[in-house]
Amino acid sequence: MSNTTETTTACPECDAQIKREEGVMANEILPCEECGAELEVTSLEPFSLALAPEVEEDWGE
Amino acid sequence: MQIGVLHARIRLEEKMIFTELEKRGVDVKRFHIEAVPLSLDADGAREDITQVDAMLERCISHSRALAAIRVIENWGVPCVNSWQVAEVCGDKMATNLALSNAGVAQPRARVAFTPESALEAIEELGYPAILKPAVGSWGRLLARVNDREAAEAILEHKATLGTYHHSIFYIQEHIEKPGRDLRAFVAGGEVLCAIARHSEHWITNTAQGGQVTNYPVTDELREIAVNAAQAVGGGILAVDLLESSRGLLVCEVNYTMEFKNSVEPTGVDLPAKVVDFLLEVAEGRELVPAQRAAAVDAAQQPTGGAS
Repeated sequence: MSNTTETTTACPECDAQIKREEGVMANEILPCEECGAELEVTSLEPFSLALAPEVEEDWGE
Repeated sequence: MQIGVLHARIRLEEKMIFTELEKRGVDVKRFHIEAVPLSLDADGAREDITQVDAMLERCISHSRALAAIRVIENWGVPCVNSWQVAEVCGDKMATNLALSNAGVAQPRARVAFTPESALEAIEELGYPAILKPAVGSWGRLLARVNDREAAEAILEHKATLGTYHHSIFYIQEHIEKPGRDLRAFVAGGEVLCAIARHSEHWITNTAQGGQVTNYPVTDELREIAVNAAQAVGGGILAVDLLESSRGLLVCEVNYTMEFKNSVEPTGVDLPAKVVDFLLEVAEGRELVPAQRAAAVDAAQQPTGGAS
C-alpha cells in the first residue's frame, strides 16, 4: 500500500530530497535548493514534483 | 455561492487570493487549465463549471486563458476579467485602437508588415524607437532601436528567425522617462492605488528586476487610468503609464494583473480587492461586458403585452 502522507520526495532533476513545507499548494513552483531547477508541485498527497514547464512566449500579464 | 478559479501554475498572487477566499469562507473550485478540456458543442457545457457564480481567470498563458474564458463565458459564467477585455489587453494593437477610440493618451505606434515598411515607420517616429511583439509580456523581446543600422539588423533577425507573428512589426514611439514608469490598479472604475517601478535600465518591468515604490493617486493619474480601463471594457486591471512631456501616457493595460511586489509599498491589500471585485461580479452587482451588452439589448426590446 502506498504511503499517502509522504512529505518528502526526490527532485526529478538531481534526486535531492525535498521536503513539503507547510502551506505549499498544488501547482506551486518550488526551486530545488541543490540544483536550482524549477519544480512544479503536481500532487500534495502523495507529495510529488515535476520539472516546471519552460516559459512560453505568451506568458505573463 | 461558489467561485471558480481557472489557473495554471500557482504563483504568490494566486496563493494570496486563495488565502483571502478561504478567510472569507467562500466555496472555491479550482480548475487547472491543462486538465480542463472544453466542449464546443451546443450541449457541451460542463456542469462543474456552469454551477460557479463567477470564474476568476489566473492563467499564465494569454492565448490559453483567452480561449478558455471565451468558452466559459459563452456558457453564461461571468469571468474576471471577461474574454472581451482579455482579447483587447492581450494584443497591443487592439489596446492601441481601443485607447485611440476613447481618446486616451498613449505613445504613438505603428504596425507594418515587411522589414522595409517597418523601417519607414521607425524613421517616421524617429530614433530611438521601440520594437515589441504585439503579443508578449514581462518585458521580453523588446528592442530599443537607436539608429538605422540597428533597425535593419533587428528587422532582418525578426523576419528570418521569428515565428509568423514576428513578421507583423509593432513599433512604438520611445518615451524618455525619468528612470521609472507607473502602474495604477483599477477595479470597477476606482483606482485602488498606484506604484512607480524604478530601474536604471530602460525596461522597468518588475519581471526584469525593476524596484517598486508607492506613487500617489493624483487627479491626472486617476482620470487617465479609469478612462483606459473603461476603454478596454472595464474590470480589475493594472494600467501601465509613462510620464512624458505630453503628460501621462498609457503604455499597456494588464488583465491578469501581478501584484505581489505592490502590496507592501502601497499598503493596499490587493488580493482582498481582487476578491471584493470577484464577489461583486458573482453577486451581479458588477457586470462583465457581455452582461452589460445583454442588459442594453434587453432595455431596447419593446415590452411585451397585448397588441
